[in-house]
Amino acid sequence: MAYARYVYIWVALIVLTAITVTTASLNFGRAGILVVLAIAAIKSTLVLLYFMHLSSEKRLLLKLLVPIAICTLAIFIGLTFTDVMYR
Amino acid sequence: MENRDHGVGARVGMWLFLLSEILLFGGLFLLYSVYRAKHPGDFHAASTELSRFDGTLNTAILLTSSLTAVAAVFSLQELNKPKRTIFFLGATIAFGLAFLVVKAFEWTAKFEHGLYPNAAVLMKRPPGEILYFGLYFTMTGLHALHVIIGMTVLSVILAFVARGKATQERSAALENAGLYWHLVDVIWIFLFPLFYLIS
Repeated sequence: MAYARYVYIWVALIVLTAITVTTASLNFGRAGILVVLAIAAIKSTLVLLYFMHLSSEKRLLLKLLVPIAICTLAIFIGLTFTDVMYR
Repeated sequence: MENRDHGVGARVGMWLFLLSEILLFGGLFLLYSVYRAKHPGDFHAASTELSRFDGTLNTAILLTSSLTAVAAVFSLQELNKPKRTIFFLGATIAFGLAFLVVKAFEWTAKFEHGLYPNAAVLMKRPPGEILYFGLYFTMTGLHALHVIIGMTVLSVILAFVARGKATQERSAALENAGLYWHLVDVIWIFLFPLFYLIS
């Protein structure tokens, strides 16, 4: 079937959702948020690479835009925390 | 595949717009992370009041709508089957509507418990819970607005395909509408654990 590769990605996304809901109901304490965020990062990477076709994108600029946005956000959040947490 | 770079200008423009969308939500994620760090207990307590079932159901609906959206683009770009594209676009819009219906039930249940921004019942709660529900309504509300915009854009593209204005050779608008829809999905992928799975 021509759509098979997209269906595989969808199955992976649904399985990851099931895993993240299950791990959230187990009690990992403070590490819990890291686990669910790591799974969210994997899921969004799958969507970006395969549904949004970044895996077959030839232009370096477009390939790098999302990592640039994530780094920018990480810097914003990181710098804000150095201020907020040590006041 | 040869004509993939045909609409490169449109694609660059779309990705720059998506970048600005990521930073728009990014500002709200920044607020969320700071307030959560300041009030971890209150966030935890408030989160138990959300329906994990509704959140999970909506996640599954939105992920499935992303599958039908990418199938719509693939059907026109690679298979040149506009009728299938119309079917898949219709399915994507229907899933979007289903997402909004679940969201409406969820919000209605919160309103009935007196939980909405500036509500008297909510304002008597600890500060962290007030912040949590403020962020919950702002972020899921802004996201729902994006779902509505996405459904509108997809409907316009569906009409384009039906009238032969979007074809295999002229598919940039369809592709960009698909990209927008997937980005809305990506944002939900992060909203879901941050609001529903932290209790």
